[in-house]
Amino acid sequence: MTSILTNLFDGVAYGMLLFVLACGLAVTLGLMNFVNLAHGAFAMAGGYVCMLLVNKSGWPFFAALPLAFVSAAVIGVLLERTLYRHLYTRSHLDQVLFSIGLTFMSVAAVDYFMGSSRVFINLPDALQGQFDFFGVGIGRYRLMIIVICGLLTVALQLILAKTRFGSRLRAAVDDPRAASGLGINVPQVFAFTFAFGCGLAGLGGALSAEILGLDPYFPLKFMIYFLIVVTVGGSSSITGPFLASLLLGIGDVAGKYYVPKMGPFVIYTMMIVILIWRPNGLFGRTAAR
Amino acid sequence: MSAASDVGYHAQRHARWHYGEIAFWVIVLACGFLFPSRYLIMTDIVRLALFAMSLDLILGYAGIVSLGHAAFFGVGAYAAGLLSLHGIITEPVLALIAAGLAAMVLGFATSFLVIRGVDLTRLMVTLGIALLLEALAERFSNITGGTDGLQGIEMQPIFGTLAFDMFGKTGFFYSVAVLFLLFLLARRVVHSPFGLSLRAIKNNPLRAAAIGIPVNRRLIAIYTLAAFYAGIAGALFTQTTAIASLDVFSFERSADLMLVLVIGGTGYLYGGLIGAVVFRMLQELFSTITPQYWQFWIGLVLVVIVLLGRERLHRWVLFVPNLIIKQVAGRKAVIAVPESDA
Repeated sequence: MTSILTNLFDGVAYGMLLFVLACGLAVTLGLMNFVNLAHGAFAMAGGYVCMLLVNKSGWPFFAALPLAFVSAAVIGVLLERTLYRHLYTRSHLDQVLFSIGLTFMSVAAVDYFMGSSRVFINLPDALQGQFDFFGVGIGRYRLMIIVICGLLTVALQLILAKTRFGSRLRAAVDDPRAASGLGINVPQVFAFTFAFGCGLAGLGGALSAEILGLDPYFPLKFMIYFLIVVTVGGSSSITGPFLASLLLGIGDVAGKYYVPKMGPFVIYTMMIVILIWRPNGLFGRTAAR
Repeated sequence: MSAASDVGYHAQRHARWHYGEIAFWVIVLACGFLFPSRYLIMTDIVRLALFAMSLDLILGYAGIVSLGHAAFFGVGAYAAGLLSLHGIITEPVLALIAAGLAAMVLGFATSFLVIRGVDLTRLMVTLGIALLLEALAERFSNITGGTDGLQGIEMQPIFGTLAFDMFGKTGFFYSVAVLFLLFLLARRVVHSPFGLSLRAIKNNPLRAAAIGIPVNRRLIAIYTLAAFYAGIAGALFTQTTAIASLDVFSFERSADLMLVLVIGGTGYLYGGLIGAVVFRMLQELFSTITPQYWQFWIGLVLVVIVLLGRERLHRWVLFVPNLIIKQVAGRKAVIAVPESDA
């Protein structure tokens, strides 16, 4: 019984992490209708920045996390302004090719500068180990992930639904021409959203170094997971991807624990079945227009 | 001239063999005699060309985007390997066809999943199928050899007479023969009324359905055929390298294939063949400069191609040849790249 609860807890932490990693993609793919397979590269950038700051410069872990967010966001906004912007109106195929190219470049570049082996971030003592909560083993690090990601999710939902920026973003996505006619600076809104999504990925990358492992192949290895979250969750709201990532996280952890031989088989099958059954995602109205 | 006969006239004119095409195949054959020390890489190019032609059939003619075409390549590769390893079918040509058919069955089964949904769903489903097969191949390592791959495959002589030699000479001419035969078939298919209806579907599925084309059946048919082609390419891979390993299913293989087709251009069959040559040359060049990091440059090429725009790039490449052709054969003979995909 307790092992089930521990697994559930780990799965939730894993799912939350996936959500923070992928929700930027949910925004670019779902709201801005741009297929960005290079999303994992931004996560990797954040992870490596955090690693360098903590391990090499001796920053405290919690101070390095915001910097991981900022650095990934800065890289994101630079690339958006210089490259991505030109591709918003292109076909999905062009976008896919472009972002695959970018992914390959990031993989080789990180491999060149950082080496190809897996890196670890030195965690403060307070985050290591487990404690018992009514007999259920709870990892401190995972608990922290759940807290941070939970707060982020609530904040995101509030920003999208309640703030002026949120409504401007939704307007810009619904009909860019009409929105710009109403005085909304559409390119600026898109750039800001893109940067924010990349920043979230960077933060996710920093947090995930301990759990998913951080190496130059991160963007390729987890690309499919991000895509699963977005396509299965649908992209018309934040809730869909959130539930999808929880499902994926719990399913993956449970799958690895109870049927280790099947490996990632369960996840892929689940994805294909769901996509056949509901091509627009479990919770989505329209995945792509 | 009425519209119908006009279409017929243009379709027939395009279907005729041009001098350029004949020259192309003569050059291919000549390469086999001119560079006897380079059989291995040339065989590799021929294999890649066949694989790219397979993707061209669905992407260039039917407009189906796929990120998991390696699935069929892998099935073909393992099928050929297993058939030969267990001595079920030892004759290479028969084994090749059997492997192609195995991939075809998979293509037919998965085509129902692929024709549903829009671009994005298709990308995901095709990618998912390839990953699924890779996971399966790893799981059933007692059959597939797991991460070690199938080893110890020994190829019997073709038709019982032509033995595979260690320099890859037989392998090369065998591959070229297979490529040429399948090219003829593909050429026949895309210039037939069936092929024209595929183009109609690609341009506008709704309109195609309105003029009475059974859209889904056509898409299933071409997807199945493309799977057969990819399976043959995979089987050639196993037969000429005598190995089949897990990386036949890898995502990089599918992604590289996209690049091949993007370099060569889609929708005129030669794109895959030319793209394969250019891609391998680039890869060789980059890996002599930076053995470990050639992927970076390949990525850069992709990004630059997309940013420049594929149509513009092809116009630039064809500028000089067209200038010459214009002088020699007049305005009519100019090579024009057909309208691009998706």
